[in-house]
Amino acid sequence: MSIVRALKCRECGQEYAIEPTHVCEFCFGPLEVVYDYEKLEGIFTRELIESRPQTMWRYKELLPIDGEPTVGAQNGFTPLVRARNLEKALGVSELYIKNDSVCYPTLSFKDRVVSVALSKAVEFGFKTVACASTGNLAGSVAANAAAAGLESYVFIPHDLEQGKVIGAGIFGTKIIGINGAYDDVNRLCSEVAGKYGWAFVNVNVRPFYAEGSKSYGYEIMEQLGWRAPKHVVVPMASGSLCTKIDKAIKEFIKLGLIEDNDTAVYGAQATGCSPISRSVKEGSDLIHPVKADTIAKSLAIGNPADGFYANRVIRESGGWSEDVSDAEIVAAMKLLAETEGIFTETAGGVTLGVTKKLIEQGRIPRDESIVVCITGNGLKTQEAIVDAIDKPSIIGPSIHEFDDLIEAESNKLAA
Amino acid sequence: MKLRVYLTFNEDTVREPVIWKMAREFDVVTNIRTAEVKDHMGLVGLEIEGNDDVVEAAIVWLKQQGVQVDPIEQNVIEG
Repeated sequence: MSIVRALKCRECGQEYAIEPTHVCEFCFGPLEVVYDYEKLEGIFTRELIESRPQTMWRYKELLPIDGEPTVGAQNGFTPLVRARNLEKALGVSELYIKNDSVCYPTLSFKDRVVSVALSKAVEFGFKTVACASTGNLAGSVAANAAAAGLESYVFIPHDLEQGKVIGAGIFGTKIIGINGAYDDVNRLCSEVAGKYGWAFVNVNVRPFYAEGSKSYGYEIMEQLGWRAPKHVVVPMASGSLCTKIDKAIKEFIKLGLIEDNDTAVYGAQATGCSPISRSVKEGSDLIHPVKADTIAKSLAIGNPADGFYANRVIRESGGWSEDVSDAEIVAAMKLLAETEGIFTETAGGVTLGVTKKLIEQGRIPRDESIVVCITGNGLKTQEAIVDAIDKPSIIGPSIHEFDDLIEAESNKLAA
Repeated sequence: MKLRVYLTFNEDTVREPVIWKMAREFDVVTNIRTAEVKDHMGLVGLEIEGNDDVVEAAIVWLKQQGVQVDPIEQNVIEG
């Protein structure tokens, strides 16, 4: 049963029919999917959800599609890991990692938003889908489109690293490298979306695309035993994920699936691209655009479209925002890998680095539940840590040389 | 063409009548759809209508004045 009511302007409240559109014609405000929640009363229960397959679609009534998903039917339901080693390292009592570094099929949380966007695109009758991306989104659109039999176009900066080009190109997508400044690329993509009649995931189907992030929040609450954490730390690029996790929590409370736990939402950014964290720390609601300069490329959005709304969620929930340096990002990536065996990308280093900072500042108490949102896989950003890990010890194929090596290691530890 | 953009004004440009100057300089129709202006920053949602080459020239001129010009989607490129 679909309970989607309309698209609604976040600024002026004007409502629009469900169609591939994304900004208010009156005030240019972004459009958001709104629902008639009362239609789910007494129907959408914990038991119903638990009876369904372990994918993000077990919450399909709260996602903006009609009927069953046509794209990404297996996606989502990634592990929520109780991070006991990390708890000791950080000096806290209850910490969890929501691990989307193993999200199916392309190892990032973008598979959630893309499967909603593409399922909706198929409903609308689109045959071609597109995105503009520097990494995770490109791979996810390319892979999910291939599996769904859709034609796809991926727009990238012309000088993007080879590894990231391969990560999308392998799926047979058409890759367009654009030789131009960042804001020129943005404008071209906006024009292409308007002119070619394609489903551009973060342009004309953006309201639906963004709703996919809510599944990440629903899973956290179900996996915690039907409760919301006291604190959740979220990486911020556009700021959308922050707002959608908050929306997911409010929806579950409204539907009686959980009690209100006064969850505080915290936003994490890299210092080299921190327009939202800066606005929170300055007590402002205006987002000053910046030129990004950070190793956390997947968070490097200098003029974030949802920055204002993320700022509001953070402040209204009683959370905070911080940012960390490139060195702190690498250190946090290593900390997560060495304590929990999870290799996250640089964005995950940002989130854990900021969590650590907020705990040390006393903004997050040490004795309450904390969820850290890990949204991508470290295999995709190996260049960031290549100089930070130990080099292999080289020996000949001899047991004596190995004995010597072990002895030297023991002596080093003893010293 | 009719172009929909967000203009971001910084501390140096926020007090200047940039949109008025543009309309005097170029043969375009401007229509402010949303605006928030504070001491150090301003954000204006603007429709600019005119011949293609004139609108393009007006956008170049705006950037030369130190105004950031973005499509109304703002960040289309994502990670």
